[in-house]
Amino acid sequence: MVTDPRDELVNHVPAMRAFAMSLTRNSALADDMVQDALVKAWSNIDKFQVGTNMRAWLFTILRNTFYSHYRKRRREVEDVDGDLSAGLAQKPDHDGRLQMRDFNSAFEQLNKEQQEALVLVGAGGFSYEEAAETCGVAVGTVKSRVNRGRARLAELMGLDENGVLEATDAVTAGIVAENPSAA
Amino acid sequence: MQEEIDSNLKRAYDDVLKEDIPDRFTELLAKLKDADPTAGKKADADGD
Repeated sequence: MVTDPRDELVNHVPAMRAFAMSLTRNSALADDMVQDALVKAWSNIDKFQVGTNMRAWLFTILRNTFYSHYRKRRREVEDVDGDLSAGLAQKPDHDGRLQMRDFNSAFEQLNKEQQEALVLVGAGGFSYEEAAETCGVAVGTVKSRVNRGRARLAELMGLDENGVLEATDAVTAGIVAENPSAA
Repeated sequence: MQEEIDSNLKRAYDDVLKEDIPDRFTELLAKLKDADPTAGKKADADGD
């Protein structure tokens, strides 16, 4: 029997919610974005090539939804960096374990490209290739976003063991200057 | 260090991943399907 790819959508809802939640850190907003993305996916299902990676396709739609929202929001909330970074210079616990709250504060300071690369690869189990496809960038770009995101997190958390301080603000600033290639 | 970062990333992600799909999404998909005559009329009752 021929299956309608739209019947598969429901299977991807948990991962879509997890991705949206990781990017927004706001469950109401995350679910609204998933809802938008599902409607878009439904009405554009003819653009999905059966046999290809549906999760990557859906995540692409989701991230585009996210970026249009984020661009709108960024105009409203300018520059919170200064305030936040002041509170971040705490020392890690005795064993260097990252506390969730501190981690979240640090994560929020990464640029969105680094955040999504880290979420896809570090949490979602995406291969670099899948993540690159999802974000519409080269594999090497995803790798450097992941590496720089990790380095930046370590720096923000004040954990500078393993020499992860290599990528400093100059590098990060260069990445921030890149445009999110969402469209 | 990388493990610490990834485990923090995974914790938030996996928590959501494990949640049941909220009704709003199953209802939304059902509504979309009802509204679209070309959608496959595969068994509605897959059970919960």
